[in-house]
Amino acid sequence: MSTSSDKIKVLIGKPGLDGHDRGAKVVARALRDAGMEVIYTGLRQTPEMIAEAALQEDVDVVGLSILSGAHMALAPRVIELLREQGLTDVKLFLGGIIPDQDVPALKDLGVSGIYGPGTSTKAIIEDIRTVCQKS
Amino acid sequence: MPEILIEDVLAGDPLAVSRVLTQVEDGTLQGRKLLHQLFPHTGKAHLIGITGAPGTGKSTLVNQLAHHYRHPPEGEPPRQVAVLAVDPSSPFSGGAVLGDRIRMQDLAGDPGVFIRSTASRGSLGGLSAAAAGMAEVFDAAGFQVVIIETVGAGQAEVDIARLAHTTVVLDAPGLGDDIQTIKAGILEIADILVVNKADRPGAENAVRALKNMLELPEVNPQERRHHQNSPFPDLPADPHQAAGDSWQIPVLTTTATTGEGIPRLAESIQDHHAYLVESDLWSFREQNRLKSELDALLENELVSRWKAEVGEDRYQEVIEQLFTRQISPRQAVQELIPGEPR
Repeated sequence: MSTSSDKIKVLIGKPGLDGHDRGAKVVARALRDAGMEVIYTGLRQTPEMIAEAALQEDVDVVGLSILSGAHMALAPRVIELLREQGLTDVKLFLGGIIPDQDVPALKDLGVSGIYGPGTSTKAIIEDIRTVCQKS
Repeated sequence: MPEILIEDVLAGDPLAVSRVLTQVEDGTLQGRKLLHQLFPHTGKAHLIGITGAPGTGKSTLVNQLAHHYRHPPEGEPPRQVAVLAVDPSSPFSGGAVLGDRIRMQDLAGDPGVFIRSTASRGSLGGLSAAAAGMAEVFDAAGFQVVIIETVGAGQAEVDIARLAHTTVVLDAPGLGDDIQTIKAGILEIADILVVNKADRPGAENAVRALKNMLELPEVNPQERRHHQNSPFPDLPADPHQAAGDSWQIPVLTTTATTGEGIPRLAESIQDHHAYLVESDLWSFREQNRLKSELDALLENELVSRWKAEVGEDRYQEVIEQLFTRQISPRQAVQELIPGEPR
């Protein structure tokens, strides 16, 4: 964890071209109510923009919302850029439409959690708290 | 966590700057030590405050202003710009959604711009307790311009006037009639007044109301300046009443979504900077800022030391007496801090 306070900082980003950000907003709001500080970057972000924001905001967690099907291109690129910038301890979470068959590959790449439709926000909050404690 | 090297911060290395900002934001011991080391390297940046009611377009204006500093007119060098964007923390959960970056997309990918969002974390003056320290980090890291965007301010969130050299107050059409303009508070702290969303109906009325306010005659400024009941005895009740201050507050119009009026605003900010330097008010404001920062730190330190000294048990004991109404809140203070009250 990059901060020594108990305040967990999360960046919620929407890479790619789909414009459906309701899920991202629901999650942002839930994390806020769980006492976290959430930086919301808005729609149509490139992986470069997300990694730059994560660096400047010194977040503990990056959450990507992807409903376009481009997760196998976008998620690895974000991870690569985070590592390149020295953000080796930042955890990545994914939400959206992610087919089961892609999950093992994404987890191998270092994605900490993957959440499809119907996930309770409580589960996401608990998982974020857990990974932020461990490190 | 890895050690933060002071040389890296001074060289403007983004990872080092970001990590030291977090330490300062969290008020850690390491953060305080780093600030000690950075302090001698501060005092160079121009601190520009942007404040105004929610929805007046502060973030969008900051985006345009920073973009202007990065892409100045012919003949001017681009400047390194830091943005500190403050958004409110929830009074219930302590969490926050920080959304100012959404409006600052034009600055992405430019290594000469550093945007940091921060939550107010319980401070009520429109900034966070750590804002001054975070601005010092940017200053030491070589950013020539530090733009500080406050939370959406109502009428009384005026801390920015203590921190910034130049305070820009945003208004937008349709936010209230001209009585709003003679109320005390946020309009009084402006060095520059801006009516944003100038493409909307009612912009002219907003400009006229602000100009009328500025033209009202000053009544006995001496008395105002030294008023004992001022909540900010360290700050001249009206910054423009400082000795020899003859700055004429301009009323400008902008349309931040298109960038209309931004060059004129940048020019006006530059004029104010030059004015402060020439009139020596620059150092006057610097000294005021440092003094109020010192006072705030002293207060914190005294209370936490005193609490440690009294001990939690004794404190609870007195609170119990207070709850059962054996003593009044004022008596409780006397119980906890013996001696004649001042």
